[in-house]
Amino acid sequence: MLNFTIRRLVLSIPTLLFISLVIFLLLQLAPGDPMAQVPLTVPPEVKQKMREALGLGQPIHIQYFKWLHQFFIVEPQVFIDWATRDSWLLGWLPNTQLSYVMNDAGNFVPQQRVISWQTRSPVMDIVIQRMPQTLWVVGLAYVVGILIAIPIGIYSAYRHYSLFDQAGTFVTMVGFSIPPFFTGPLLIVIFSVYLGWLPSIYDTTHVVNSWATFKVQFMQMIMPVMVLALQTTAQISRYMRGAMLDNLNQDYVRTARAKGLGEATVVMVHVLRNSMIPVVTVIALGMPAIFGGAIITENVFKVNGIGQLLLTALFANDIPMVMTLTFIFAILIVLFNLIADVLYGVLDPRIRYD
Amino acid sequence: MTEQAIPASPLEADIEVYGALKDEMPQKPPRSQWRDVWDQFRKHKGAMFGGGFLVFVTLAVVLGPYIWDVDPKKLDIRNKDWRTVFSLIWDSEAKAGWIHPFGTDQLGRDILAQMIAGGRVSMAVGWTAMGLALFIGTAIGVIAGYFKRLDFWLMRLTDLVLSLPILPLLLVAVTLFRQPLRANFGPEGGMFILIVTVIGLTSWMQTARIVRGDILALKEREFILAARSIGTKPGKIIRRHLLPNVISPIMVSATLGLATAIITESALSFLGVGFPSDYPTWGKLLSDAVSRMQEFPERVLLPGIAISLTVLGVNYLGDGLRDALDPRIRGR
Repeated sequence: MLNFTIRRLVLSIPTLLFISLVIFLLLQLAPGDPMAQVPLTVPPEVKQKMREALGLGQPIHIQYFKWLHQFFIVEPQVFIDWATRDSWLLGWLPNTQLSYVMNDAGNFVPQQRVISWQTRSPVMDIVIQRMPQTLWVVGLAYVVGILIAIPIGIYSAYRHYSLFDQAGTFVTMVGFSIPPFFTGPLLIVIFSVYLGWLPSIYDTTHVVNSWATFKVQFMQMIMPVMVLALQTTAQISRYMRGAMLDNLNQDYVRTARAKGLGEATVVMVHVLRNSMIPVVTVIALGMPAIFGGAIITENVFKVNGIGQLLLTALFANDIPMVMTLTFIFAILIVLFNLIADVLYGVLDPRIRYD
Repeated sequence: MTEQAIPASPLEADIEVYGALKDEMPQKPPRSQWRDVWDQFRKHKGAMFGGGFLVFVTLAVVLGPYIWDVDPKKLDIRNKDWRTVFSLIWDSEAKAGWIHPFGTDQLGRDILAQMIAGGRVSMAVGWTAMGLALFIGTAIGVIAGYFKRLDFWLMRLTDLVLSLPILPLLLVAVTLFRQPLRANFGPEGGMFILIVTVIGLTSWMQTARIVRGDILALKEREFILAARSIGTKPGKIIRRHLLPNVISPIMVSATLGLATAIITESALSFLGVGFPSDYPTWGKLLSDAVSRMQEFPERVLLPGIAISLTVLGVNYLGDGLRDALDPRIRGR
């Protein structure tokens, strides 16, 4: 198992490098000019200087290696410096200055980080600013979706072909088919416009410090969470039902019943534990989408999370931002694929990778 | 003397017992595989409904413009903001009528005509992108499964594409290549090619994996060995013997592909990177209506319901096909 994990980890390095190259080359074809917003009165030679200041004067391969260096070496160094300086966990360690280099004059200066063309601030700082909103809304929706899906899946498999099963299958099919850009506006029309119960826009600046503010926060989270949870529920409950159906007909279930175990123990302990194996891997495979944010749902409810950040960066031709964000998503996808495979092997002793 | 006939041989006595064996011809004509599949498919009510709805939508958008021959782009500013004809049921004062059954938009364009035109684009994108994805997926799956030398690299490629973040990359690709393609093929044609290619290139991986798995199992079977032993060329083996045997997983993934393609196209239009603004698609109609959904909720509902019902129909069709094409489930 350890062998397999190490082999997969090593193999994922060239995969990720290749993905970064693909994304980089794709973005190089971008027709947009980062200087398009600069006033026309700025003379061309100044514009050329500004372009070079953004790192655009270099040939493509130098730009690519600079980006790799900044992303894989400078950003972790900055993180370590921050961790040893300000974080409560590691702040007791002596302060490191890894991200500083000596310049020609002999002074220590910070190294160049990946800079957003829109805001001229480091991309990673903006990502960290946007992360909490995305994690709260999308992550909570994922948890809620799983918590709803698993009982539905168990019960519809246990009462196969019953009315509940039929209704559950229909609802999951509907949840599977209705896109979030329709459920979002639909919920807004019903609950914000006609009933006036819930706010239609997610207010990110809202601070929770009392019961009343917590209630406001709760109200504004209901709709985006429900829209996203519907999708998760539809997907996971289908898997759960399928896995339970596979296991309910197995011999060991008959054995368990024959030796006099209660129905609750048979279903909730014996069958459920075996059925959870494929479901857990499906849940792991869905994790990258949480961090990636839900581009459409965040757009509908105006949540300024990662998905919305990517969308605005795309429209503003902010290439370093788009590049870094897409690459972070790719890392997460590769990582969680690996985790799902390893989990499958750990949970199911019949699976042998070596 | 007894009347009882003495059997000539024990064998004949057995035949006497199993009377059916005396039949020289089968009593019922033999049934073809597709007949069985169709019979099983008909039992699945959801699939029949879904397939019927898909046929209905396809016919409606293909033949619709000839029956409802109102120009979807014609502005009629005097008759703007009509409601649907159904609003007359609860509000007899409403600005509505059978001239515009689904009402008109803020520029007086007929919404029914726009829905038909939009459906045309959405369905065309869906079918074409699905066809492209199936073609690439089947080709890669068959080649990887049949030719051992290429298997490793093609499957690594599939894994690689699977680990790309799809929606962000779609958005990147569409925003980047919009200008050059529009310049070459016109605003509508260029966008159509771009969206179809981009969706096709990012959704073939599941088909490729399924097809490869089936081919790997099939090519060890005796009939392939027999075909090879009489000197059949690989190309012929693939076309004549392998492809017909993997048709069922391909059909099932075709339905999934159609559903994803329709949703992806609508999502791109919704985010504002799809077709040009005066060119209706269902996603575009929906996103245009969102800003005024307080006053005119039906403009959000109509395209939304159209997308959802079509995708629901396609998904049910896929479910039914999966059951009908699986010989273990069929006949039960």
